[in-house]
Amino acid sequence: MAMESGEIVRLIQESIPDADVRIDDLKGDGDHYAAHVLSASFRGKSRIQQHQMVYKALKGRMGDQLHALALKTDVPAEN
Amino acid sequence: MNTMTDNPVTQRIRQTIDSSDVVLFMKGTPVFPQCGFSSTLVQVLSLMGVKFKGFDVLEDPEVRDGIKSFSEWPTIPQLYVKGEFVGGCDIVREMYESGELTEFMTSHGIEQQPQQG
Repeated sequence: MAMESGEIVRLIQESIPDADVRIDDLKGDGDHYAAHVLSASFRGKSRIQQHQMVYKALKGRMGDQLHALALKTDVPAEN
Repeated sequence: MNTMTDNPVTQRIRQTIDSSDVVLFMKGTPVFPQCGFSSTLVQVLSLMGVKFKGFDVLEDPEVRDGIKSFSEWPTIPQLYVKGEFVGGCDIVREMYESGELTEFMTSHGIEQQPQQG
């Protein structure tokens, strides 16, 4: 019931290619992660829609293989 | 919304959401939450002094499963205000910490009695 953090990054970037993903393994058990995802494709979307994009990228693993993924999404700061 | 409209579980979810201004689908009850994430949102609502109705999905496997496709949201808890999906644990906590949730409740006409101290 655990998942490698590299696999989480890979799945997210597969659906959201420009995503900058930072993962913290909160308890070091491969089961409780926090992810911070930055992507320009989030622009103009509500926070719920942004999170839904990430959940879709995880293809049903969220709430199943992946028990706990605290999620934070943002649009990258413009330079 | 889609073809699921006729589904009896979807109808039951819709009725539950419409039965109260603030509804929290959670694991356990507001008095005895069975999961840390559900417990967090009970705490947030309690601190804000918002009256809400808790729905224990552990008592109802059909709703536990159905709510996920209903909102296209894979996890519990889920907070609804006046029929609108507000978010799960991360979003609601983030909104609370930024003060956005207080504004949201006010603009939706939800009474709040924040605890002092």
